[in-house]
Amino acid sequence: MSAGVELDHVTVKFGHFTAVNDATLDIRGGEFFSFLGPSGCGKTTILRTVSGFLDPTAGKVRIGGQDMDGIGPNKRPTALIFQNLALFPLMTVAENIAYGLRVRGVDRTSRRKKADALLDLIALKGQGDKLVSELSGGQKQRVAIARALAVEPKVLLLDEPLSALDLKLRQHMRNELRAIQQRVGITFIYITHDQGEALTMSDRIAVMSDGVIEQVADGKTVYDQPHTPFVASFVGENNAFPGKVSKVSADGAVVETAFGALAGKNPGGLKAGDQAILFVRPESLKIGKGPAATSFASAVESVAFEGNLTHVFLAGAGKKNITVTVGRHGGVKVPAQGEKAQVHYDEAHGLVLPEGKMARE
Amino acid sequence: MTRPTASSCRKGRWPVSSRAIALIIPFVVIFVFWMMSRYEAKLGHDPTHKSYWERNGTVLGVAFVALVALWALFLVTLPYLYMVVESFHPRLPPAQRGGPNDVLTIAQYKSFFVSQDGEANWIHMSNFAYTILVSAAVTFINLCICYPLAYYMAQSGTTQKVRLLMLALIVPYWINEILRAFAVRLLLASKGLVNQALMGTGVTDGPIDFLGSNTGMWIGLSYATLLIMIFPLYNAIESLDKNQVEAARDLGAPWWKIHRDVVIPYAKPGIASGCTMVFMLAAGSLAAPLFLGGPQQRWFTMTVYDFFFQSFNWPRGSAYAFILLAACITFVMLMLKLFKVKLGEAIR
Repeated sequence: MSAGVELDHVTVKFGHFTAVNDATLDIRGGEFFSFLGPSGCGKTTILRTVSGFLDPTAGKVRIGGQDMDGIGPNKRPTALIFQNLALFPLMTVAENIAYGLRVRGVDRTSRRKKADALLDLIALKGQGDKLVSELSGGQKQRVAIARALAVEPKVLLLDEPLSALDLKLRQHMRNELRAIQQRVGITFIYITHDQGEALTMSDRIAVMSDGVIEQVADGKTVYDQPHTPFVASFVGENNAFPGKVSKVSADGAVVETAFGALAGKNPGGLKAGDQAILFVRPESLKIGKGPAATSFASAVESVAFEGNLTHVFLAGAGKKNITVTVGRHGGVKVPAQGEKAQVHYDEAHGLVLPEGKMARE
Repeated sequence: MTRPTASSCRKGRWPVSSRAIALIIPFVVIFVFWMMSRYEAKLGHDPTHKSYWERNGTVLGVAFVALVALWALFLVTLPYLYMVVESFHPRLPPAQRGGPNDVLTIAQYKSFFVSQDGEANWIHMSNFAYTILVSAAVTFINLCICYPLAYYMAQSGTTQKVRLLMLALIVPYWINEILRAFAVRLLLASKGLVNQALMGTGVTDGPIDFLGSNTGMWIGLSYATLLIMIFPLYNAIESLDKNQVEAARDLGAPWWKIHRDVVIPYAKPGIASGCTMVFMLAAGSLAAPLFLGGPQQRWFTMTVYDFFFQSFNWPRGSAYAFILLAACITFVMLMLKLFKVKLGEAIR
């Protein structure tokens, strides 16, 4: 059983500080939905509002169509997985998992049966009598998931649960989480500042900044068609070329940048004279000369070989470098440091967005 | 016949009066420690990366240990040992001490259970039982008062409110215990503030005998040991991760189950530590029962006090004091065992 979560003009304020500003969102039942944003953007506040630990200052939270106003966290059909997991250190693994059932008055044998079934699900069969402290980081992670699943929530809320794990384990747990979600079929709401996690696991992503939801879409759309400069610069690497729009065509625009007039798509319908930023992803930039409207030149400041990829950093207009990512088998000669490199891109990969807030580095 | 001091009774055993030693030693120790700290500061060693012996060197290390050992020996162990020895001796006039009548005996301990006429010594035994039971009850009452307070201070209060509360709790303890007991007595006396208020508002017709009925003593004992309970509790609960409480709540636990399953098990060492100290202090307290107690039941420490200072029967007083000490330790150990707390955790 899964349920959708609806945020209806939800605003959460702490004193004068607005943590979440007028968020309206419809998370479908059974969806793996992520909130992605830098720390302090209000994503955890949204999670705590959905779980019931915070009341919205204005607006409504509905779970499965039911208004959650006045319903405490212990009465909601949600289960929360904390960033630090918050497993009970004085209970065994099985007791941890079955705790939600225990407070519901389920008898000991049924509790144990359910705990064992969940231990199977998380591949920790027969480890129910261990203490939590005897488990590894990844195992603790899975126990926290099992503990939350034991109460059969309709919505599982996850607050950056992988952030404490090392890189390898984190990547492994991504797949695991996704697999568990598909097996149990309930709604997962996942909070993260790691775009890799959001992109790999989610059906849809809400990108947040300063309490505002900037864009809601599936990962590919968020990456390829960002709506705002913030989304364009926060999700994945991006090169920004600010300037003034000098010319518009049917669906494109030309921006007068520090590197000359450069063209890109114009989904926002900007007009000539508007302040704009042209975004071109590092992997869309290619070494070599192209059409004048989509090529420029700059000095190579440094080159970083990363195995499968090589990053070439060119001098930018400001402090920030322009990054060009070159694949291993492109057959292109990677320019050396100090050389002047010619770079071009496909006009469809340039994106002109109205000037606005960018993600902090 | 009275005995001016313990030491002068056994002339020839101590070249210097033991009282003089006891008085001088603390000053010697303080002085030597001060010199040591000066020396240590001069060396400027980094204490975080070196062991005790590396840090202090063999000479200083041995000196430190020796000083602490000396302190413990002269100021703790020897006086107690003296009392133990005393409690196994008959009460004799000074002239006969060390004489043929001065034999080892358990008569003093026996007198607690059986009085001189061969009957059971109900008066002292009931005093004793009363003291233990009331101390246990006071400990429990204190726990009930302090647990919510400590939880509030540690988990839910804002910093400002917690500071204010902390101040309000500590300030009364700047006043000495006897004065505090008297203040409570003034409030609870038959013409005291509480009775006047009760009569004035028509709740009662005549004054309530708070002091005679021992209500005053219960209040006084609880009040005197409040801080001793709050701080271990506060320390224990303060280190509990707030997410644990929220996790339990999120999993559907009502507030009392959160306390039962998460907070109390976690705070158990603190609870044990607070209860142990409060129980020991209550059972051994003198001021509150003396000033606030009623005439029907005497606190056991008052009996011990009277043996020492009214009837000058040091052997019997010592024996009684050890009976109380043994009973308290047994009781505490029993409780620790019952609640499955290790002694190490409780004194942490």
